[in-house]
Amino acid sequence: MRIGVVTFPGSLDDGDAARAARIAGAEAVRLWHGDPDLHGVDAVVLPGGFSYGDYLRCGAIARFAPVMESIIDAARGGLPVLGICNGFQVLCEAHLLPGALTRNQHLHFRNRDQWLKVESTNTAWTNGFTAGQEILIPVKNGEGCFVADTKTLDALEAEGRVIARYIKGNPNGSQRDIAGITNEAGNVVGIMPHPEHAVEALTGPSLDGLGFFTSVLRSLAKDGQLAGGQQ
Amino acid sequence: MARVVVDVMLKPEILDPQGQAVANALPRLGVTDVSSVRIGRRIEIDFTGEPDLDRAREIADKLLANPVIEDFEIRVEGVAAEVA
Repeated sequence: MRIGVVTFPGSLDDGDAARAARIAGAEAVRLWHGDPDLHGVDAVVLPGGFSYGDYLRCGAIARFAPVMESIIDAARGGLPVLGICNGFQVLCEAHLLPGALTRNQHLHFRNRDQWLKVESTNTAWTNGFTAGQEILIPVKNGEGCFVADTKTLDALEAEGRVIARYIKGNPNGSQRDIAGITNEAGNVVGIMPHPEHAVEALTGPSLDGLGFFTSVLRSLAKDGQLAGGQQ
Repeated sequence: MARVVVDVMLKPEILDPQGQAVANALPRLGVTDVSSVRIGRRIEIDFTGEPDLDRAREIADKLLANPVIEDFEIRVEGVAAEVA
C-alpha cells in the first residue's frame, strides 16, 4: 500500500512522516506541492512544518497549491487524508475540516510530550486504537488552539467526530481540549500533536503514534481500496 | 494609484491573545485608561487599472480572511469602508 507524503516549501516533518509510513509497513511516496499528480497513492499525509512560511495564516497559502486541488477532490471521494499540525491547519483552511487553529492562548510555543485520550475509533486513521485509550505523543506548535463556534463544537461532539482530546494539561487552550477531529465520512483526520514522532523507542516517548499509520493500512485492506483507485 | 485596502480582524467572539498581551503591557507605559486592544491586519492591493472592489472582495473572501474566525472590510483608498 502506498502512502503519499506531501512536501510544501517549509514542510519540516515530511521525512519523519514518510519514515513512520514505512515502519508501519507501507510504501512511502513523496508528493510535491507543485505537482497535481497523486501518483496513485492509497492515502495521503499532510505533514507538520511551516508551509509557505506560515505567511498570512498557517495553511492559508498551501491550501491553493496544485497538489491540494487534487487532494481536496480525492478526499471528497473518500481518499484517507491525515493532516498533522500544519497539515491540520491546511485541512481547516481547505474546509475539509471545520473550525480553525489559532495562536496558542498563552502565546508561547509549546514543545513537549503530551498525553491524549483517543475518542472516536471509527475513522480511517484511528481504528486500531480502543476508545478511551491514553497515548503519549509529542506536541510542538505555536498556533494550535482549536476554535469553532458553539454549534460546530456541539455537532462534532454529538457526531463522535472528536478523535482525541488533551489530558493531563491542555498545551494551547484548544476549546474543549480538542486535539484532533475527523470529517463526517471519517476518511479525513486532523491532529495537532505529532504521531510520526512517536514510532520508534530511540527517538520517541512511546510507539503510540504508529497506530495512526497501521490504522489506515488496516482500513485500506478492509475496503480493498488499493492501487490508487481514488484518482 | 488604484489601491484597495482590506482590513482583516478576528471576530469579536474569538480570543485575541496578541491584543491582550499588548493591553497588559500598557500600564508599564503609564497608560491605565485602555480597556481592550485587538490586533488585525491591513492589506493594500494595487490594481494595474481601475480599483476593482468586487475582485478585491473575492480575494479577501477566498484568501486574505478566514471566515471561520475573521471578518474583513474593504475600501478604495480614500473612500469610506464597505463591511463584508
